[in-house]
Amino acid sequence: MSQPVESQVASPQGQRPKRWVYLLPLGLFVVLMVFFFFGLGLNPRLLPSPLIGQPTPEFSLPKLSNPDELFQHTDLKGEVSLLNIWATWCTSCRQEHPVLMKIAESEEVPIYGLYYKDIPAQGVVWLQDYGDPYRENAVDENGKVGIEWGAYGTPETFLIDQKGIIRYKHVGPISWHDWETTLLPMINSLRNNNGV
Amino acid sequence: MIPELGHFALILALAVALVQAIIPGMGLLRRRADWMAIAKPAALIQFALVLLAYGILTYSFIVHDFSVLYVANTSNSELPLIYRISGVWGAHEGSLLLWVLILSAWTAILAMYSKHYPVDMGAGVISVLGFISIGFLLFSLFTSNPFIRLFPVPIDGGDLNPLLQDPVMAIHPPMLYMGYVGFAVPFAFAIVALVQGKLDTAWARWVRPWALTAWVCLTGGITLGSWWAYYELGWGGWWFWDPVENASFMPWLTGTALIHSLAVTEKRHALRNWTILLAIISFSLSLLGTFLVRSGVLTSVHAFASDPTRGIYVLAFLGLVVGISLSLFAFRAWQLRTLTPFSLISREMALLTNSVLLLVTMLTVLLGTLYPLILEALGGGKISVGPPYFSRVFIPLMIPVVFLVAIGSLIRWREDSLSTLIKQLRTPAILAIVFASVILLLLPGKASFTAWFALLLAFWVINSCFVQLQQRLRHSQGLLQGLRRTPRGWYGMILAHIGLGFTVIGIALSSVYSQEQDVHMVKGDTRTLGEYRFELVDVERITGPNYQADMGTIRIYKDEKELMTLHPEKRIYNVRKNVMTEAAIHSNLLRDLYVSLGEQRNANTGAWSVRLYYKPFILWIWLGGLFMVLGGLLAVTDKRYRLEVKQEKVKLDANHVTAS
Repeated sequence: MSQPVESQVASPQGQRPKRWVYLLPLGLFVVLMVFFFFGLGLNPRLLPSPLIGQPTPEFSLPKLSNPDELFQHTDLKGEVSLLNIWATWCTSCRQEHPVLMKIAESEEVPIYGLYYKDIPAQGVVWLQDYGDPYRENAVDENGKVGIEWGAYGTPETFLIDQKGIIRYKHVGPISWHDWETTLLPMINSLRNNNGV
Repeated sequence: MIPELGHFALILALAVALVQAIIPGMGLLRRRADWMAIAKPAALIQFALVLLAYGILTYSFIVHDFSVLYVANTSNSELPLIYRISGVWGAHEGSLLLWVLILSAWTAILAMYSKHYPVDMGAGVISVLGFISIGFLLFSLFTSNPFIRLFPVPIDGGDLNPLLQDPVMAIHPPMLYMGYVGFAVPFAFAIVALVQGKLDTAWARWVRPWALTAWVCLTGGITLGSWWAYYELGWGGWWFWDPVENASFMPWLTGTALIHSLAVTEKRHALRNWTILLAIISFSLSLLGTFLVRSGVLTSVHAFASDPTRGIYVLAFLGLVVGISLSLFAFRAWQLRTLTPFSLISREMALLTNSVLLLVTMLTVLLGTLYPLILEALGGGKISVGPPYFSRVFIPLMIPVVFLVAIGSLIRWREDSLSTLIKQLRTPAILAIVFASVILLLLPGKASFTAWFALLLAFWVINSCFVQLQQRLRHSQGLLQGLRRTPRGWYGMILAHIGLGFTVIGIALSSVYSQEQDVHMVKGDTRTLGEYRFELVDVERITGPNYQADMGTIRIYKDEKELMTLHPEKRIYNVRKNVMTEAAIHSNLLRDLYVSLGEQRNANTGAWSVRLYYKPFILWIWLGGLFMVLGGLLAVTDKRYRLEVKQEKVKLDANHVTAS
């Protein structure tokens, strides 16, 4: 057995990492911290969503309640409605669910669901167990339609007017406060504008 | 009066922690043996004080002292004794105290064994652990004091979260915490090495048993948690990529990288800085995990805002610990570098590659976990990134890791030739193909490439373990002697790697071949799933100690022969009115039959919604975890870690030594 040669003195010929390499972890951490620090003052709700003011993306997907029937973007036209992107794997959706149930009970606005990247059978049972606030659900099993809608997480909710134009996008679970202070007033004003 | 005593003990513990941190730390820098000698008694006293505080909080739970706010919030007079004891860590304040208790216990054990290390190393490590303890004690005393009184005293308490009223859930958090806290010890060793600017050749040998112990506890904790989720949540899932799960998985990934990198550092004195960096990252992630799980940052959108002091403290403490240690790394690690040459085809390279892959995996999990958190902190609401992201990035990264496991444990240190390696691995590779194909053919259901490929990888690892055994015995005189001469650490590695293979088999086969039905059944109905027939015999109302439940009776037949009767329950807990699903499961090595009771659909017809699952080989997932834990335990008890330092007296300033 030959004992390998060892040396405590590094050769400067670049065989070992250069000195600045050791600064990298700290540098990365500082950048992250700076981002956190300044980021806390920003509000991404102010960032415009490219979809607002645009017609809803076109899609045609099977219904959750009946896979033989199709749910299409044209079904969203005609009245003010909400489209909620959700999945059973999404824990925040569970948190949002009671609020959606209350909204559905108030009968102020129909809620449609885009069932996102999930197994249809699970969604059916989920709605049976916890209650079904949706008028109809479109099954987006591979998530392609979700991408067209710009979904990068769940839940996300879109407010759609009578002409099928997206008016507002809510990221994250809707709280009852959000509903009362933002969504409901917008729904009412959309209805009034159309009436005039 | 008694809770105040606990509060007082905690304040005293903080005072002792200050002494434990500062005096030996100064002693290390000034090279004064008398100052360093404080480390051991301080560590022991701090442990005694924290233990007293913890004991008093437990006592308050046992005697139902609802005048203590924390007890009133997390306990109830109907709560059984065992859950009153485990309820101590059932919420934030108590689990923080448990954290401090485990930290001081580890420190005390280290102090008891301090003759295994040189004086300055022992004192330095105890000092660093003391600083961490100060941070946690301050956090506990100022933002999350478990001894705060409540007036007027409520008649009864708010009860322990029913999800936590389960034997496995009672031991799962302390296991995880032991793992999290355990990584504090390698971290402390790393910091002392950086401060001293030197790294003894024995350093890795001192650190390895600690890192392994932490890894064993974390592995055990994660395995239990996953098993718990499987049988308790009623969905038949065993991993959800939930932020809380990720929080424990991330330090596990880097901890796994750490124990392998430590092996390289011990055997070849190479990768020292990489090992130190991994030790720092593992502990930082443990801190992150502790805070994410219990601080309320993750469970509720509003918790952060409602108690901003907690959140700010958490961030500041994390920033301080990570910032200081990475700065030390940036400016000192350079001095510790070594030039230990190894070739591209060597065990060093294989282990390094795998630890880099594990680190990258950790970063992708971190990104998926923090992204929703950052978005939430920025006011963008709470979103879930979810399993689609994780399975897309995790699986491709894990394939090379599992592939390299077999190579890394067979290949020679320093340099090996590709042709020898191929010759050694040819047989296990061919056998892996044969085994995977045969098993696939034996399984009912459509042949799946995913399942085949996963089986192939698993057998590749398992077979290579047997090749190693054969190689080890080839050069020994007798079989028995060869087996006896083999160190426990080696057996530990083999066991853990076989465990990895088992887990891969379990994950692949259960996810590909599971069958499930969500059905409505009335009494007397039967449903067929695969070759099993399920009959709903009855649903009756039963009363538990602190809950009411509907208990189903489901008989399962196979080939018209009665196989078993299962009793799933739907419980409603009296105090919080939470509805809990208690699934009934029959497990064996080949398959699980899983039945859970939903809600009564129709009171007139008596129809119940019932979930029936057939999950082949799912037990292997946790069996693999068990093997990894056993392997780790074997390795920890390897006798080379029990070597004492033969009076490696530290070079001390002569004046100070005589002064003492």
